[in-house]
Amino acid sequence: MTAAGSSTSSAFPPAIELRGINKHFGPVQANRDVDLTVPVGTIHGIVGENGAGKSTLMSILYGFYQADSGVIEVGGQVCPIHGPEYALAAGIGMVHQHFMLVDIFTVLENILLGAEGGALLGPGMAAARAEIARLEADYGLEVDPDALVGDLAVGLRQRVELLKALYRGANILILDEPTGVLTPQEAERLFEILTAMRDRGVTIILITHKLQEIMAITDNVSVMRAGQMVAHRETAQTTREELAELMVGRQVLLRVEKSAADPGDVVLHADGLSLIDDAGVLRLDGVSLDLRAGEIVGIAGVTGNGQSELLEVLSGIRPPSRGRLSVHDRVIDHDHPCEPEEMRDLNLAHVPEDRQRMGMISAFAAWETAILGYHRDPAYTGPILLKTDAIVEDTDGKMDRFDVRPANPQLTSDSFSGGNQQKLVLAREIERRPDILLVGQPTRGVDIGAIEFIHRQLIEMRHAGCAVLLVSVELEEILSLSDRILVMFEGRIVGEVAAADADAQMIGLMMANAHETENAAANG
Amino acid sequence: MKKLLTILNASAVLLAATATVALAADKMPAVVFDMGGKFDKSFNQGVYDGVEKFRKETGMKYREFEVKNPTQREQAVRKMAQRGSDPVLGVGFAQASAIEKGAKAFPDTRFAIIDMVVMQPNVQSIVFKEHEGSFLVGVLAAMASKTGKVGFVGGMDIPLIRRFECGYIHGVKHAMASATVYANMTGTTPSAWNDPTKGAELAKSQFDRGADVIFAAAGGTGIGVYQAAKDNGKYAIGVDSNQNHLHPGTMLTSMLKRVDVAAYNTFKSASDGSWKSGIQVLGLKEGGIDWALDEHNRDLITPAMKAAVDKAKADIIAGKIMVHDYMSDNKCPK
Amino acid sequence: MRTKQKMPPQMANGSAKLPTWVDIGLLPLINVALAFVVSGLLIATLGQDPFEATWIMLRGAFGYEESLGYTFYYTTNFIFTGLAVAVAFHGGLFNIGGEGQAYIGGLGVAIACLALDQYLPFGLLLPICVLAAALFGAGWAFIPAYLQAKRGSHVVITTIMFNFIAASLMVYLLVNVVIKPGQMSPESREFASSAWLPYMHEALAWFGWEVAQSPLNLSLIGALVCCVLVWGLIWHTRWGYEIRAVGANAEAAVYAGISPSKIIILAMCISGALSGFVGINELMGVQHRLLLDFAAGYGFTGIAVSLMGRNHPVGIILAGLLFGALYQGGAELAFENSAFSPDLIVVIQGLVVLFSGALSYMLRGPMERLYLRLRPPPPPPIASVEA
Repeated sequence: MTAAGSSTSSAFPPAIELRGINKHFGPVQANRDVDLTVPVGTIHGIVGENGAGKSTLMSILYGFYQADSGVIEVGGQVCPIHGPEYALAAGIGMVHQHFMLVDIFTVLENILLGAEGGALLGPGMAAARAEIARLEADYGLEVDPDALVGDLAVGLRQRVELLKALYRGANILILDEPTGVLTPQEAERLFEILTAMRDRGVTIILITHKLQEIMAITDNVSVMRAGQMVAHRETAQTTREELAELMVGRQVLLRVEKSAADPGDVVLHADGLSLIDDAGVLRLDGVSLDLRAGEIVGIAGVTGNGQSELLEVLSGIRPPSRGRLSVHDRVIDHDHPCEPEEMRDLNLAHVPEDRQRMGMISAFAAWETAILGYHRDPAYTGPILLKTDAIVEDTDGKMDRFDVRPANPQLTSDSFSGGNQQKLVLAREIERRPDILLVGQPTRGVDIGAIEFIHRQLIEMRHAGCAVLLVSVELEEILSLSDRILVMFEGRIVGEVAAADADAQMIGLMMANAHETENAAANG
Repeated sequence: MKKLLTILNASAVLLAATATVALAADKMPAVVFDMGGKFDKSFNQGVYDGVEKFRKETGMKYREFEVKNPTQREQAVRKMAQRGSDPVLGVGFAQASAIEKGAKAFPDTRFAIIDMVVMQPNVQSIVFKEHEGSFLVGVLAAMASKTGKVGFVGGMDIPLIRRFECGYIHGVKHAMASATVYANMTGTTPSAWNDPTKGAELAKSQFDRGADVIFAAAGGTGIGVYQAAKDNGKYAIGVDSNQNHLHPGTMLTSMLKRVDVAAYNTFKSASDGSWKSGIQVLGLKEGGIDWALDEHNRDLITPAMKAAVDKAKADIIAGKIMVHDYMSDNKCPK
Repeated sequence: MRTKQKMPPQMANGSAKLPTWVDIGLLPLINVALAFVVSGLLIATLGQDPFEATWIMLRGAFGYEESLGYTFYYTTNFIFTGLAVAVAFHGGLFNIGGEGQAYIGGLGVAIACLALDQYLPFGLLLPICVLAAALFGAGWAFIPAYLQAKRGSHVVITTIMFNFIAASLMVYLLVNVVIKPGQMSPESREFASSAWLPYMHEALAWFGWEVAQSPLNLSLIGALVCCVLVWGLIWHTRWGYEIRAVGANAEAAVYAGISPSKIIILAMCISGALSGFVGINELMGVQHRLLLDFAAGYGFTGIAVSLMGRNHPVGIILAGLLFGALYQGGAELAFENSAFSPDLIVVIQGLVVLFSGALSYMLRGPMERLYLRLRPPPPPPIASVEA
């Protein structure tokens, strides 16, 4: 373990200095003797696998938790932070992964929220408007102060969060996975803003698991593993490979090795699938696609452009409003819906996008989650009673084969880390040897070590002749796993590219539907 | 657990022993109030007033219990008897089976019950002829009415209240055959006994339809009826106790059902040795039922009205008028 | 805003921190003790001796055979209604209509008894009555369940409403239809003795064990059997699996091919049937006729029982026993000392509910800290196991 500090020498005291931070939740030591020094006016990355303790450390810094022991210094002064209000007073602001905004308020109202500056809104509003104009000019944070937040795109909402923090006088900003919801273009714009901020003396702490972002924007980087700080590096002096190794504690293969695909027959055929949701909004708009045995088809797109709905329709959770779907010989349309149970009988398996919300039941024991969807299988249940012993034994095997740790089927599902939960869900679906596998966000919230394993499993399924449909917001994942890539935008498939011909820039433009607009402009 | 039980048992025996010694000295009377509690502004409270009067006059204490569920009725009655209470008074018809079982189990204890008949040698059953009193106030209502329309507001819709209603209707028709009677029950749950707001609403709607006298047999709900009458300048008739004083000038009269007297008499007679088992039917003749005439309503009752109601009362007592009892056949002949 | 923050995973499974015996043994005990301390202060401010009051309640609930009988008799009702609430709760439904379902379940029992008690012996009548109680209770729960499942009307609202409707319906029936003619009280005729469930003191007498008379009857055995059946259903059948899946995560249940609307109806009907069994205990066991208000709040108390018993049959038996003791001990207290009005007893019961139900998590944090202080810290990084 290296000593605290970075090589950036400065006459100023560091913006943040943490010394000997310890925090445990019950038997879990989330932070152990953590030291961290962040010099003023730098962008400092913190990387680590899920559960490495990054979020806990930042929550301590922002005052959501109190450390069991340790010292926090801000600007060279010892600064006890007993709550977020203390953090704000010390000039620390936080932008959460999930925005804390009121949709039905305007941008201005959101920025003012909690800092109204008096019983009457009027004077505060006027002052805020001027201040926001200044911040916009300084950092290029353009956003219409009178727009309703609910109407804004995700990237703009994030700017509102940044403005909120800056308006409160923050000169130290913590950003938690800020690019998770952004298109590549939006992410790039964010980085420009962050760089502008740094140049004006704002200190930024960036929590992320995307190593390319660390390499692209940070000045220094600290790596956490298992609650401890394992390394501090100057970004210019390190490589992605080194960081990955530090995070996982062993060498990691970042590229997926795979042979050429050998697609077989069409096993799933969608023809003009549309879905109108309960609110009457068109979520899927005439989606047509073919899925062949032995290929991986990737669906790229910014979150919320119909990928989730596509998975729900293909897996039988929702019947299509219009259009037809054929799975093997079964034809499904609005009047002939196919329930998820029947889909499973058709040998279609589905790894849902959001395992917490759909793929598992947090309160269930692992063995109960391991039969979710297959609990009516005679192997698992008799006429009345569940065959608990058989299920537990079966789960034991799955955990063994998929390296789920801790390998204890009796633990509740939510006591596993994200990666292990995902491995359990994958084991459940993959071990049914499906002909068709729908996979949503297979590596979301999954640590690097497990990503490698999961990717290998998907490739193996392809080799075994399974048709895999992969939905992911991780462009890199789509690019490296897929044989063909479909891009979704506003419920439509706006483009198809063979993986060999694709690159991130091109797909990114398609995800924002920019090329089509350009075409339209050219045609008009 | 077993050990704890033994200890508890031992001490229970001890306590019981001391208790028995204490009890043997004076046999306390006991009263078991029914669900609704002793402060229900109605029936139970009438009994409470009676036994309190007894306590103040004689200085004798009494035991009491308010039941909270049907099973406690029997439990309480038995327990009172076990403790050597005498007599044990059950309040209300719902306690009939509890009193009956208690009377069989404790043949040497005297029991009494109000509003119900229990045929046991050691039970005094006190029942009232509410229909007779209702008949009288019906006569008064018909004669006081200028519109020929009168109203009735009942509490909870149970046979007892229909008995009031039926007697009242007969009284009204007796005085004025062409009269119209509007009748409403406040509700079908026990909360109907204590819903003055609804009472006032029902009264107003009857006033709107032309009624100008309303008889409320509805416990606490009646308070709202009386207030509505005062607010609208119409007449109301009270029930159970003399409620004329509530709004002098608009309280035409009250139908008296002397539950308090009955309770008092039971305790009193038991303490002076004049207690008798069997049925006591308290009607006009026995003075358990009557109508109220006092300084608060003297001006409202004309000599003609007084004469008519006195005649009706005499006729009922003499048996010349037979007021139909709804509960004899669960019907009210028109 | 603070409460909305996403918690790190360590917090989410915070319940795993305390050992089970603290979680389901010690904590509830402390909560109950706290409730009694506050009650004691209350009693003291009223000028009464809290220790004497506690003693009377304890003795009144457990001190002698008859009191035990009463306590167990109440417990029987609370087990039925507590289980009812628990089954619905596992399905994610807050069934507060136990009161009405118990009431209507009793109607089913009464109809069966009144129609058949002249013709059938006890042995045949009992299963019919049990079935009637279950069917009527389930039927009364079915309507809110259907409305929730198919129309999205919230089951909390509808079940409350159905309590009122049940009360009104029963009054109407008792006043106009079922009442024994010529009788003052709105009650049915007494059932023939073939419809009487044997009292426990009678049953024990068959084996030569003489105990004092009390309303405790063989329904208690039925209640305990129901505990076992519910336990099996919830944790060892696929219907229980599906009920719990819908309750814990409806979206995941849909994903798993489980129809939430079917499960809602199933769970509510089982819940209603269990409530309906109160009718067996009350009408066949004790009252031997249909009468007003025999449900006497048992359905509502069942909510507290289930909450306190952590929706587990064993917990429900214990919580049912506690509430049975509170009911019986409270009655005893009111009996012994008229300064303790029934309302004060209700306050004490309310405090128990408050501390062990509503505030059951209040002491959890301090307990965790205390426990961790008394325990040596665990061996180094357990977090690494997670990765």
